[in-house]
Amino acid sequence: MDSSDLEKGLARADTGAVTVLYFARLREVLGRDSERLALPADAWTVGALRDLLRARGGAWELELGAAKPVRVAVNQTMARMDTRVSPGDEVAFFPPVTGG
Amino acid sequence: MSIRVQQEDFDVGAELTAMRGNRAIGALACFVGLVRDVNGGAQVAELTLEHYPGMTEKALQDIVEQAKARWDVMDVRVIHRIGKLHPTDQIVFVAVAGAHRGEAFAACEFVMDYLKTQAPFWKKEQTPDGERWVDARASDDAAAQRWQGQEAS
Repeated sequence: MDSSDLEKGLARADTGAVTVLYFARLREVLGRDSERLALPADAWTVGALRDLLRARGGAWELELGAAKPVRVAVNQTMARMDTRVSPGDEVAFFPPVTGG
Repeated sequence: MSIRVQQEDFDVGAELTAMRGNRAIGALACFVGLVRDVNGGAQVAELTLEHYPGMTEKALQDIVEQAKARWDVMDVRVIHRIGKLHPTDQIVFVAVAGAHRGEAFAACEFVMDYLKTQAPFWKKEQTPDGERWVDARASDDAAAQRWQGQEAS
């Protein structure tokens, strides 16, 4: 999705938008640290959002593929693929953590 | 209870001294993690620690709450550094104060094991072959999992 698609999405009054954040290796390979994203009515779970992002192709498809160990947090709490997402939520995608 | 995510170094002695105020404390257990110069065969010249501001503090808080619910401990301190670090630098500090050593040791190890697998920090290494993100290790997951379904002793 390029910026014009994003603007069209945001312009739809009947859909809310979420803030999507990317960290560490994902931030680097996807080339962005955050974006605002309007979700279609049927895409209000983490898994659906991940599918939507994968459909962008290229690095998105590769890095967010089912085989990749991607972690997701919704509103700064670890989430699962079936976790619900609501308008205004902050959804973060990142690799398994390596602190300590 | 104190949780800090910071670029600056910390003074282990000063942190432990600050925890000694309560006369009921009989044990102080502490762990300090350091930057090593070798990882997976590669020489590490520099390490960069990235975190998720907000969530990182929240995750650490949650881990400490779990430790306090599980063991009868009086105080827990966690410090985790971010930014650029070099071999021999201190990365992480966990200290637990309790009446006796058993719960202090156990809670300290529990906090470290959960921090390694739950707190959003990521390490990137600078090696002679260039930069690389550190991969999560299965042994860390195993270390965290062994606490599940196990009662506090």
